Amino acid sequence: MAQNDEEVDRVDDPAVLKQAMVRVAQAQDREAFQLLFSYFAPRVKAVLLKAGSQESQAEDLMQDVMMTVWRKAKLYAPERGSVNAWVFTVARNARIDLLRRASSRPYDDVYEIELESDVASGEDNMFETERAERVSEALAELPEDQRQIIELGFIEDMSQSEIAKKLDLPLGTVKSRMRLAYGKMKSKLEAVR
Amino acid sequence: MNIHHHLDEATLLRYASGDLDSAFTMVVAAHLAMCDSCRQAARDAEEIGGHMMDRVAQAPVSSNAFEKMMARIDAGQDEQIEVDVSRHKKADSDVPLPLRNLIGDHLDDVRWRLVAPGVRKHEIKMGKKGESSLYMLNISPGMAMPEHGHGGAEMTLILSGAYRDKLGVFGPGDVADLDEHIEHQPVVEPGEACICLVATETPTRFKDFIVRLMQPFVRI
Ligand SMILES: [Zn+2]
Ligand SMILES: [Zn+2]
Repeated sequence: MAQNDEEVDRVDDPAVLKQAMVRVAQAQDREAFQLLFSYFAPRVKAVLLKAGSQESQAEDLMQDVMMTVWRKAKLYAPERGSVNAWVFTVARNARIDLLRRASSRPYDDVYEIELESDVASGEDNMFETERAERVSEALAELPEDQRQIIELGFIEDMSQSEIAKKLDLPLGTVKSRMRLAYGKMKSKLEAVR
Repeated sequence: MNIHHHLDEATLLRYASGDLDSAFTMVVAAHLAMCDSCRQAARDAEEIGGHMMDRVAQAPVSSNAFEKMMARIDAGQDEQIEVDVSRHKKADSDVPLPLRNLIGDHLDDVRWRLVAPGVRKHEIKMGKKGESSLYMLNISPGMAMPEHGHGGAEMTLILSGAYRDKLGVFGPGDVADLDEHIEHQPVVEPGEACICLVATETPTRFKDFIVRLMQPFVRI
């Protein structure tokens, strides 16, 4: 167990995760995939549990999500975002497809468009790593009331109106806190641009 | 593309977190297909999800979880998919990629139903009962809508032609991302019909809207 933790600590680096993801896409590298699996599987499962899945369903859905990470590895564009964000979107899409029985196809279509739009890659790669860091920074600095709303929306899969009900706030307040949180992140990002 | 009206930030966050229902997801995705800057913004919003997921307390997975997955891969049922980026590039399509799955490649092929003089509608069946409705409108040039509010959120993406209201001129790629508090009176610009994709939160409201459209007035 201790050994496992150490390994996970070692991969807690956006560049290492990114490299592993690229190796999975380009060479179907299983060792690289194992590294991604050990890092993301417990996080994906945690998110699914928080979104309301039962233990055994969360384990199965986690398997599906990680399988999709493998199958759609080529859809991941390293110059356009962190592996964390990409795995998050795969888990989100699984929630939409399987828990809500709707279609996540529009999200995949947008990713495809992304892949072929003309953005130079080399410079962008560095830029993108910095972006992800700025996002983390901005979110770490958020006041608790804004952070809580972001977490309920992104992790616990609650709609804005459910959040409003749960926190006993007007819907407008939930929306404006979301906008505030986003605005803070955006101004951080603009500083690097 | 020269786009002047974009998605609201709260909408981008809802898209990224998966909070929008099918109809609104479709309008947002269709706008993202046309708009580089909102696509970048949506990606930033998805980074929020990545960051939050990174920080949740991890849940232990079963001890043979990885072996199980490798067995599935070995069984050959889960091969990696190749990405076909040529679909989007199809030069002769005037329909944004996500919407093509629902209406085909050409606006010309849409089957319209006349619902009021100068107003044609094409309903797109999707989502579940009680969810927002998705439809397209094809409104003749010079046509004015009565001033109206919205029972709930309404999102309109212009695919061709243009209309004008107090918020400005809305042309191809522009999106009017309106909450229930906005009242407006769109007037289609002269020259060509305005074709748009619309999601509305409360389908029943559209009825009175059409009823009121039965007495349209034409601009000059
Ligand atoms: Zn935009
Ligand atoms: Zn309206």
